[in-house]
Amino acid sequence: MKRSTFLRNSLAVLTPTVISGNPIHVLNNHSMVEPEVLANVNNDRVLVIIQLNGGNDGLNTVLPINQYGAYYNARTNIAIPEKKILGLNGFDGTGLHPSMTAMQRLFNDGQLDVVQAVGYPQPNFSHFRATDIWMSGSDSTQYLNTGWVGRFLDNNYPGFPDNYPNEVDTDPLAIQIGSITSLTCQGPIVNMGMSISDPSAFYNLFDASDQAVPNTNAGYELSFIRRISKQTNKYATRIKAASDAVKQQVTYPNSSLANQLKIVSRLIKGGLKTKIYLVNYGGFDTHAGQAVTTDTTTGSHANLLGAVSEAIGAFQNDIKNQEIEDRVIGMTYSEFGRRIKSNASGGTDHGAAAPLFLFGKNVRGGVFGENPTIPANVTVGDNVPYQYDFRTIYNSILKNWFCVKEADNQEIMLKPFGTLNLINASCAAEIKSPVFEKNTMIIAYPNPFSNQSRIEFKTEGGHTLVQLLDTSGTVIKLLVDATYSYAGINSVTLIGSDLKSGVYYIRIQNGIHQYVKTIIKL
Amino acid sequence: MPLSPISSSLGLEVYKGPWTKQTTTHLLNRVLFGAKHAEIQQFLAKGLNASVTALLNPTDPLPSPPLNEYNTATVIDPTVPPGTTWVNQPTNDGTINSYRRSSLKKWLTGVMIHQDISVREKMTLFWGNHFGTEADTISFGNYVYQHHDILRKNALGNYKTMVKAVTIDPGMLRYLNGFLNSANAPDENYGRELQELYTVGKDNAVQFTESDVKAAARVLTGWRINASFNTYFDSTRHDTGSKQFSSYYNNKVITGKSGAAGAGETDELIDMLFAKEDMAKYICRRIYRWFVFYYIDATVEKNIITPLATIFKNNNFEIKPVLTALFNSAHFYDPLYIGCQIKSPIDHVIGTLRKTNVVFPNAVTDYADAYLHFNNMVGQLTSFGQNLVDPPNVAGWPAYYQSPEFGELWINADTLPKRNKFTDLMIETGYTRNGKKVIIDLIPFAKAVSSSPSNPNQLIQDLFDLLISTEIDQTIKDNLKKQILLSGQTSDYYWTEAWNSYQSNQSTVNFNLVNTRLKALVKYIMNLPDYQLS
Repeated sequence: MKRSTFLRNSLAVLTPTVISGNPIHVLNNHSMVEPEVLANVNNDRVLVIIQLNGGNDGLNTVLPINQYGAYYNARTNIAIPEKKILGLNGFDGTGLHPSMTAMQRLFNDGQLDVVQAVGYPQPNFSHFRATDIWMSGSDSTQYLNTGWVGRFLDNNYPGFPDNYPNEVDTDPLAIQIGSITSLTCQGPIVNMGMSISDPSAFYNLFDASDQAVPNTNAGYELSFIRRISKQTNKYATRIKAASDAVKQQVTYPNSSLANQLKIVSRLIKGGLKTKIYLVNYGGFDTHAGQAVTTDTTTGSHANLLGAVSEAIGAFQNDIKNQEIEDRVIGMTYSEFGRRIKSNASGGTDHGAAAPLFLFGKNVRGGVFGENPTIPANVTVGDNVPYQYDFRTIYNSILKNWFCVKEADNQEIMLKPFGTLNLINASCAAEIKSPVFEKNTMIIAYPNPFSNQSRIEFKTEGGHTLVQLLDTSGTVIKLLVDATYSYAGINSVTLIGSDLKSGVYYIRIQNGIHQYVKTIIKL
Repeated sequence: MPLSPISSSLGLEVYKGPWTKQTTTHLLNRVLFGAKHAEIQQFLAKGLNASVTALLNPTDPLPSPPLNEYNTATVIDPTVPPGTTWVNQPTNDGTINSYRRSSLKKWLTGVMIHQDISVREKMTLFWGNHFGTEADTISFGNYVYQHHDILRKNALGNYKTMVKAVTIDPGMLRYLNGFLNSANAPDENYGRELQELYTVGKDNAVQFTESDVKAAARVLTGWRINASFNTYFDSTRHDTGSKQFSSYYNNKVITGKSGAAGAGETDELIDMLFAKEDMAKYICRRIYRWFVFYYIDATVEKNIITPLATIFKNNNFEIKPVLTALFNSAHFYDPLYIGCQIKSPIDHVIGTLRKTNVVFPNAVTDYADAYLHFNNMVGQLTSFGQNLVDPPNVAGWPAYYQSPEFGELWINADTLPKRNKFTDLMIETGYTRNGKKVIIDLIPFAKAVSSSPSNPNQLIQDLFDLLISTEIDQTIKDNLKKQILLSGQTSDYYWTEAWNSYQSNQSTVNFNLVNTRLKALVKYIMNLPDYQLS
């Protein structure tokens, strides 16, 4: 098939530019059973990505009820009263911000995944760089000019935009609601996405002629503008027709996020084959006054979370009524979380890992991972260490929702990241991994330690990472980065003579198992 | 077709080639918001050196400040009568402040449309994007005005002076929480962006650390805003401990000072940042991207950025010598860069209005109607992705920093049709507000632009020279003449006769004959993808 030819070629194209220096470990003799992959991306499934711009305060979004005392001490001026926290059925230790009632309902109906402490090894605290990292799916030291969705689409729709649209692929591959184009959809050569703000208001474009362009930078940019002009013309009729086809929708709340999701629902129902929709909602950079002092369940952060929750709730209702809920899942993310300790201006500064949400009829539901550990004597620089790599989430979506094969996935994600059981769908047979408990999966002895500690870790085979993080949430030592062809127990010695006394974290990542454990240097 | 952007190997050596209509138009299009025909004629006569000198030395007074145009039966500004300026009457009233911010946006649009013939306004906008403050966040109208006034007054002055002024400007103190930053509750917001966005930048090679952010935040503790809306230094909130910086800053220690002397630490911090070579290079890259092209490879870095940074440093961070070198350089006039900038929404809207000499109601004597029309243009800019004085975040508009697309980010399937619709409407119906219409008046425009508007070949050539920077095939021009100006006929005489008839008898019939054809022609030119380039 054309596609497989492309895959061979695309490796040659991709290798020198984006994955040099990052050898791909292929999971040979992997012990876990790969679910049989029949379908490919030509299914009718859709992913909606909601970007929360500014760095959402994860600890006031998903609350660690089982450590309420430490939580309260760390952020007394913005702490949510314990009895106001919204409970989650079956997960007593964890709750949601009181303004998120719609998402609480989704959770209790099994339609919401709460994924704890998502991040990456060297957190970056700059909005712009961190956003680029999330959009590109890069390491923090790696500068990629492509987005993770762009690579996914490029892998599956070879040669875009030449010969697109065509009889099979009639519609834009990705649609960003708004007037901006994001790095997320940037492919190796062109941006695979298209931006629209109002699908009913398309305007007849000038039909650009095909004459040659000069060999100058103006010629280069002119080719770009002509391409956009042509694409817009080609897709305009389809988008407008899809939008016009839907006459009835549920009532959405009045927020920019809800308005965007309303358009998304209409376009899906109207028949577009577009796979990815991107929307965004800003204002999460809550350095000051994020909660009202006299009632911390109210204020700017509460309003933001309430708007997100209500918009997602309305969207789920709408797609249920439209009978398209089988085909749609959504994901939220923000470029980083915020500090554990609040500041004196009633806000929180830039931080590291934070929870994210997946929602939809076909997510598996539940809380994934553990509440972050909140130090008893929290200091201003302390961050939530990451438990799950954000690329594990991307990987899981590509594999279990879009049915991308593991080998392709590693090409798209540039490294192996493992898969979580986040989704319940045809190509997402539950991964039957052995049950590993955190306390038996990583054993450190001695702990606390003075100069060195022996770290024993279990692996089920396949790619395994063991890292040491400091309290800022940064990986400072890589202890194991290996691919095992067998399941078993291994060990490594942590030499810590160069470390200052204090709290550190050992993190293990092996397929579905990603855990963080506290270790103390005396 | 070029498969990637191309860099010129030419450097800062002075351009020795001929001074032509094309080089003049190129310089003016980059330095102004789109050059008018009359301006091109004027600067063509001056030659390169005198043109650059004139453009870098504004002689017009600064624009008079924005007015209260927002009073209605229900909205009454208690301290500012209608038609007078509000900028010296700060208020805590949130509603009034929102009207004032809106008044500022309208006013600024008018200032750009009626700009002085120098680089001052474009540099003011450059700094507005560089410092990236959002009016909506600052909230207080007077602070927003004051902030942009600092930028305009220092636009061609000394960068270090500007950074010092901006650091303790109430607008900036509010925008990045500096006014909340105190010894007991350090707020890192400004300390971070001062380094990452305003001085040394965050390119791969720049290795300032998180602890540098914290140290800078501690240095900057104590700046507050008092009840009369002015900045002051509160030494009781200042962190008097010593601040240790990383090896990137040569392990510099800023010794903590108590009392009023604590304020001096801010100067010491800025001196430390300005001592870094990375700072001068970072600013010169931004200037280069603003005026020339976004693509900077090793050749451009070596031939342009590094020597510009040296000029910047050797002139104690004066901005004018950098621009003088750039605008006089052989690199700037390399045909590789002519017409290669994708117009920002401001370039597109303001440029269209300027180039076609659109007449607005007088901004002082008929301010109410003028501001109504300016407001329409503010709305157009916003819908194209450029909300004036409200960039999306502190980094400014992504088109000026987001690799690899940069300026291409302005153009997508949403904005391109809207941009085309705007020029179509300006030509077809114009916009009417309160009975006053602004429209591209095509017959006066044709007369102003063309040496011989009765000659269809000359007219088309003159229109393309003004409006399009890329080369357009002669067959297209011939086709336009035939299909539009001659209505399918072959003899040029038909147009000449129609034009001359209207000149001798301005009847409605004669007017329509000429005007409908000009409308179709100019619409066609402005709908060409080439019109999106400058």
